[in-house]
Amino acid sequence: MAEAHPVGFQWVMEAKRRGAKVIHVDPRFTRTSALADSYVPIRAGTDIAFLGGIVRHILENELDFREYVVAYTNAATIVTDEFRDTEDLDGLFSGYDPDRTSYDQRSWQYAGHETNGQVDTATERDTAAGLRHESHGPPVAGQAQRDETLQHPRCVYQILKRHYARYTPEMVERVCGVPREKFQEVADAWVANSTRDRTTMLVYSVGWTQHSVGVQYIRTGAIIQLLLGNIGRPGGGVLALRGHASIQGSTDIPTLFNLLPGYLPMPNHAQHPTFEDWCTSIQHPGQKGFWGNARAYAVNLLKAYWGAAATPENDFCYDYMPRMTGDHGTYQTVFNMIDGKVKGYFLLGQNPAVGSAHGRAQRLGMANLDWLVVRDLFMIESATFWKDSREVETGEIAPERCRTEVFFLPAASHVEKPGSFTQTQRLLQWREKAVEAPGDCRSELWFSYHLGRIVRSKLAGSTRPRDRALLDLAWDYPTEGPHAEPDAEAVLREINGYEIATRRPLASYVEMKPDGSTLGGCWIYTGVFADGVNQAARRKPGGEQNWVALEWGWAWPLNRRILYNRASADPEGRPWSDRKRYVWWDAERGEWTGYDVPDFEKTKPPTYRPAQDAVGVAGIAGDDPFIMQGDGKAWLYAPSGALDGPLPTHYEPVESPVRNPLYGQQANPTRKVYERPDNPTNPSPPEPHADVFPYVFTVSRLTEHHTAGGMSRTVRHLAELQPEMFVEVAPELAVERGLTHLGWAHLVTSRGVIEAKVMVTDRLTPLRIEGRIIHQVWLPYHFGSAGLVTGEPANDLFGATLDPNVLIQESKVGTCDVRPGRRPTGPDLLDYLADYRRRAGLDGHHPPIVTADRDGTRPADDGAPDDETGPGRQRTDRDSHEREG
Amino acid sequence: MAEPRRTTAPVNPAEQAGHVDPPPRMGFFTDTSVCIGCKACEVACKEWNLVPESGLDLLGMSYDNTGALTANSWRHVAFVEQARPAGWQSSPPMAGTPSGPPITRATAEAAAGTAVDQGTRPGVLPAPDPAPAGAMAAGSQFLGMPGTGLPGRDAERDGRTDLRWLMMSDVCKHCTHAACLDVCPTGSLFRTEFGTVVVQEDICNGCGYCVPACPYGVIDQRSGDGRAWKCTLCYDRIGAGRMPACAQACPTESIQYGELDELRDRARARVDRLHADGVPEARLYGHDPDDGVGGDGAFFLLLDEPEVYGLPPDPVVTTRDLPRMWRRAGLAALTMTAAVVAAFVGRPS
Repeated sequence: MAEAHPVGFQWVMEAKRRGAKVIHVDPRFTRTSALADSYVPIRAGTDIAFLGGIVRHILENELDFREYVVAYTNAATIVTDEFRDTEDLDGLFSGYDPDRTSYDQRSWQYAGHETNGQVDTATERDTAAGLRHESHGPPVAGQAQRDETLQHPRCVYQILKRHYARYTPEMVERVCGVPREKFQEVADAWVANSTRDRTTMLVYSVGWTQHSVGVQYIRTGAIIQLLLGNIGRPGGGVLALRGHASIQGSTDIPTLFNLLPGYLPMPNHAQHPTFEDWCTSIQHPGQKGFWGNARAYAVNLLKAYWGAAATPENDFCYDYMPRMTGDHGTYQTVFNMIDGKVKGYFLLGQNPAVGSAHGRAQRLGMANLDWLVVRDLFMIESATFWKDSREVETGEIAPERCRTEVFFLPAASHVEKPGSFTQTQRLLQWREKAVEAPGDCRSELWFSYHLGRIVRSKLAGSTRPRDRALLDLAWDYPTEGPHAEPDAEAVLREINGYEIATRRPLASYVEMKPDGSTLGGCWIYTGVFADGVNQAARRKPGGEQNWVALEWGWAWPLNRRILYNRASADPEGRPWSDRKRYVWWDAERGEWTGYDVPDFEKTKPPTYRPAQDAVGVAGIAGDDPFIMQGDGKAWLYAPSGALDGPLPTHYEPVESPVRNPLYGQQANPTRKVYERPDNPTNPSPPEPHADVFPYVFTVSRLTEHHTAGGMSRTVRHLAELQPEMFVEVAPELAVERGLTHLGWAHLVTSRGVIEAKVMVTDRLTPLRIEGRIIHQVWLPYHFGSAGLVTGEPANDLFGATLDPNVLIQESKVGTCDVRPGRRPTGPDLLDYLADYRRRAGLDGHHPPIVTADRDGTRPADDGAPDDETGPGRQRTDRDSHEREG
Repeated sequence: MAEPRRTTAPVNPAEQAGHVDPPPRMGFFTDTSVCIGCKACEVACKEWNLVPESGLDLLGMSYDNTGALTANSWRHVAFVEQARPAGWQSSPPMAGTPSGPPITRATAEAAAGTAVDQGTRPGVLPAPDPAPAGAMAAGSQFLGMPGTGLPGRDAERDGRTDLRWLMMSDVCKHCTHAACLDVCPTGSLFRTEFGTVVVQEDICNGCGYCVPACPYGVIDQRSGDGRAWKCTLCYDRIGAGRMPACAQACPTESIQYGELDELRDRARARVDRLHADGVPEARLYGHDPDDGVGGDGAFFLLLDEPEVYGLPPDPVVTTRDLPRMWRRAGLAALTMTAAVVAAFVGRPS
């Protein structure tokens, strides 16, 4: 956190000053570790084993916040007897279809609701459908059977207990390399700080998501937080520290292929042929909870897009909406570009030639377009790849024949344009323009608005039906100044929504009408312009209001600072403790009150119980805080919603030097793979030849640089602080591989080779995993060929294998070889790589997805040792490595 | 030693310099126990004061690529990696891992050979011969000084378990008795009404006398320019009632700016707190008006001996002995003159 979020880290230091204990778990000792009371080294990619160990510690010792767990989570809910756990099936849950490598979720459902899980999970994976659940839970209908004594063998609590029974401190040590005493220290501290009086917050950075099991990492964290009663309470929660400004905003008002604003799904051609189908799929008729009003949100969005043209008669122009036909995610798109299926590409503030996994594929794809538009502050690698990339050196891109026409458009920076940022806590904060942008630099808003305006003017008068969607758009924003800059506040006003007849801004999404009399661009943002005031621009100092500071900025939904804050009171509506008082039931006035905006129907008493057949909001009981979930409960066990299982399970990273010690199933059996010759995966056990790539590597940030480096390698005063690409290695590995401090080394995977200066440091340590010594190396990913300081991009080492729920790539852990000296250059580089692939047995071969043996006999560990001794690979290296192991 | 340490009584140096009824003396308290090494101070300083870059070279000294306080770096964050415990650690960071003996001779030699010319004087010069560092890495060799090994490379161990990573933002100390100011022949260096020491770039003639005069090796001449440059404690900002750029940018309040008396009180309380929290190594540096420079306007809370951070343990104002030296030189000259005169007088005519 000190590395990537130094400004936020001031609050950790403040807490430390007040006596807080800081524990840091990280594969390498960072600037955060330097200030921590306790540092815990861990093998990259084993977080579920570590956190699962803590779940087991809580359950085995009955340390959970029992009252909270019984009342507010689904711990007591009974699951169907068709369910089989990974413990029974060697790492697979029941319902696995090896042909489609996805699950039929019917056997995961609550007892009596077995018909719920009938979704096409393979299609859900291709469309990253899990992202929709960011604002609401997936469906579950009707009443569920519960056993509040938690003794029923099929209740969630008991299932959880069995599932994690083998995640003992000894197993954590074997899998993660974390010494038992250190693990116990973390578990004890977490539990001790989670009571009626105290809460613990889990804060992760988005590197946690960049794993083939990233969603399940975060779910494991959420399970612990729920068991300890840390959700919906002040000082609790699970928070993501984002990689740069407004990443939360970019999923709320998404820049994603599969979502529309407010987490409405992008229509799918097969699932949503009609407007009714689309609305129904969002609404889930018969469903309990707040999602029942989805139709109004959908109508208001379409009205915001097409204004007067959108009428009830034409289904509010629903047929103008593009339809998904499958996976249109960024990696599929890149491979489509390589295959010549994509003509044009816009890059707005993104530098995939450096910042995205599998840099070679990114660059080869961009070299095979008709046109590419790059808008950035600086001339970045993604605009110059056609003349100076690695592929030009190897002859794979010939500048004189590269067909892509690149349009580089200079962009205005954040201080040169007004707008809002939405941060991790869903807080919108407005920023003013400080200075005029120089020269031709323009804002994204200016670019999008005028691009639309010009396209529309070129199409004006067209009678072709396909042009109607563009021509009917409500594209009428007021502009100002010499460059006709659109008014950003007018856009925010439209996002907020208003009554069309009077243009009165809506104060809440409950005012949205499904009849077309209101419009609003993003239902969850409704209220940000309540009373015609830009609420995001409020900056009342903290000293002039209560500590929740409701008058600083504006948080969705409805300015709530903590979601599900009904859980900060006990089932009767009383605060759990005076110290953690936040939102409570005021019996005299008959309403919920507190420091924050209550996340509950204001006058629904704690004693309210729904009728058996109640649906929608009325179906939520007065002691069910999780109002966006179908059963009003927080889910320890997810009967649907997560495509890779109802419970997080430790799978090895897709590339790992060790066999999964817990299950025959080595890696996530539902991961999204692209099995193409240009996207090989390094072998992992039980496949042979894993020892060709014996080391674990991980990448992350330096404080001194920003993401792909476009905004820091180009700035003198930042560039000089970390002026060159380097790789951090432990002294033991330096000895093993003959690396010298500040000498050159190169790293090899089946996709690419990069060279870097060596930084030998005690801050990295070898780990003992399954009795073997495992070395990890660390690289910053900021470097590329442009700017004042240059270096080879670490992300070139990764391939594209994705988490099935959200299609995020595994780019925080992989295996590689590390060799002293510089890499081969020119076409020799391709031969060098080809030779590694040959020795790894990867010619035309992709590792199998399923390695579990559901009949109970595990396949033999580790294949035959690699007999081939390739050029430059010395027998002694491996011998010494194995001897140490 | 018979020589009294105190050079003069502790006075407000601004008053001593002739400022009538000056404002309170202002300074920095840099608390290294909360420094996270983000280098925001370095960047903010350079941005505000238009300081040029100091070289795009990887130094290999942990995360320190600035190297030293120079004409082109007025704040310098030092990074000290050592196989020693930090006071607040509840357990050794690498305990229980299969870490082996430390660095090899080869890697230590490479490390020692990496100091490079900063383009400034004195800067950091390339090591002439990296072999001694390699010899040191091969085994412990006590040379009577702490920190002879490379960061993190000292002591013979089978497995390394302890590790600390100290960070410290260094800066001009703005001494009460500033030798740079004493030796400046042009009056370019002057004492401000806030008690700070500032070089005036339009007056400095580049004579360089101030450079060897500084007991901390702070002030430095810029290559290709010749003039001397250093921290001004943002004279232009504090005159307008604002905070110096580095203190403003520091996210963890490691750099605190304020009235020196108040900072000293705050610092003492902080040290007491750290001692109570089980960090007995915490100590102040440069806070004492009785030290060899009469106390610093910019003082520090350190977590080990000053030498660990590259600071002199007992700095003395280099002009302290000048009056005595001049007296003796004068006496010698007088004696010689008398002898010469006597020689002539005593000559038979």
